[in-house]
Amino acid sequence: MRIGTILRPALVILLLALVLRPRWFAPVFAPLAPQGAPVIYERSSLLSLSLSHLGLVAAATLAATLVAVTLAILVTRPAGAAFRPLSRTITNMGQTFPPVAVLALAVPALGFGAGPTLVALFLYGLLPIFENSVTALTTLPPTTMEAARGIGLGRWQRLLRVELPLALPVILTGIRLSVVISLGTATIGSTVAARTLGEVIIAGLLTSNTAYVLQGGLIVGLFAVLIYDALVQLERRLARRAGR
Amino acid sequence: MIEIDRITKMYGDTAAVDAVSLTAESGTITCIVGTSGSGKTTLLRMINRLEEPTSGEVRINGDSTLATKPHLLRRRIGYAIQGHGLFPHHTVGRNIGAVPELLGWPKDRIRARVDELLELFSMEPDQFRDRYPGELSGGQQQRVGVARALASRPDLLLMDEPFGALDPIIRARAQDDLRRIQKALGSTIMLVTHDMDEAIRLGDMVAVMDGGKLVQYAPPAEIIARPATSFVADMVGEVERPMRLLSLVPVAEVVEDGAADGEALPADASLRDALSACLWTGRTAVPVTRDGAAAGRVTLDAIRARAELHA
Repeated sequence: MRIGTILRPALVILLLALVLRPRWFAPVFAPLAPQGAPVIYERSSLLSLSLSHLGLVAAATLAATLVAVTLAILVTRPAGAAFRPLSRTITNMGQTFPPVAVLALAVPALGFGAGPTLVALFLYGLLPIFENSVTALTTLPPTTMEAARGIGLGRWQRLLRVELPLALPVILTGIRLSVVISLGTATIGSTVAARTLGEVIIAGLLTSNTAYVLQGGLIVGLFAVLIYDALVQLERRLARRAGR
Repeated sequence: MIEIDRITKMYGDTAAVDAVSLTAESGTITCIVGTSGSGKTTLLRMINRLEEPTSGEVRINGDSTLATKPHLLRRRIGYAIQGHGLFPHHTVGRNIGAVPELLGWPKDRIRARVDELLELFSMEPDQFRDRYPGELSGGQQQRVGVARALASRPDLLLMDEPFGALDPIIRARAQDDLRRIQKALGSTIMLVTHDMDEAIRLGDMVAVMDGGKLVQYAPPAEIIARPATSFVADMVGEVERPMRLLSLVPVAEVVEDGAADGEALPADASLRDALSACLWTGRTAVPVTRDGAAAGRVTLDAIRARAELHA
């Protein structure tokens, strides 16, 4: 825990500096750039690329969460139990499709830009959230559920007041996995002209400029680590409140 | 008054509960005893319609339970179960106030009721109101579970093995608490247990279930003295019968004038306690006090005579 209290702010400051003041790092990256090539990526602002990257991930995760949790709620009701295997198959298929293939298939339909990336991230993010939500909703403490019925809560009241709050920490774990996968996967969206931090990495790969690759990779990596950590903290707090 | 009228629950071709009828008076405790699989829990769960009866009906103060929607019915009937079933993510106060909240009581009335119940269960409201169930001991959780079941002053309180998860000492205390609170509030309680001791100790009436049928429904003394079937006799236990019987009779019933030596017993102690005191200290009589003042004595002969009344 001690190490976290020092490391966490240090990483936040490093990330902010990389995004807002990339010039400061020119001496660090200089040895990695080819002779005479620029060291720092300046074709567009790293801040706007970061915001667009995070925006894409947030939008895709939000949509995946809404769909996956709704689906999980439906298939854990007695009336929907028959659809559980089918919905598992569908979300599993979302995960088996490589994101690159989804991008390639989506471009003819949606054109270049953010659209195909959103679709790929959305499909890719469904499975962890759905699986975790189903697990959470089917392993609630049985005496609590019995008591909830016994004291006269209706179906909706049981869902909203007891089931979802108790399932929330485990659902959030699924969302965390999905977010971290998406943060990495979003970089390849730049191959179809979505504005993400992948642009920096791809520019580096095309010109054999390792400085660019490292710069882009470092920023994406730091975002992933810090967001993962923040969500873990949130889960812990919720789990403590849920008395688990 | 709770009337159970020829209620039956079929699972396929087998009857889990087979045409059981019984009537419980308001303000009494009815204990339903049986082995596992006897249908006692199913019977209890049909009263608040957690299980729907295949046939028959239950009337509470004359109204059929089939006339109300199940979840609305359950808000009028308290329900406490083994392992308490508290909401782990709500505070003690919110757990106890759950049903009043559903019934739309105003906030300050709920708060007053929560504090009143916590005090009734000897839990300091300021100390416990805002804690989470996970921070309480097993005995405290169980008391909160019963307090929640009583919160809306229900017509009827159903309890399914409420003390099953407690160790013997805490259980005895919880049983005494329940008796005291039931007397104070005048609640009507139906309690399921597999423990004949518990049923005899708590019940005004005891219903013995076997194989889905009600085999005997009588006051505890009659269950002990005149078991209707060999199954009931087995449940009571041949060897323990006299002791169980004596445990039901307060010394006040056989107290006589006269003096005796040694430590005194209060008038509401049972004859079992008196017999135990006699045997342990080698006395033939024990002095009895009522409200601290001497009230006479109980002799070994009187205890024997009382025990033989039922033989």
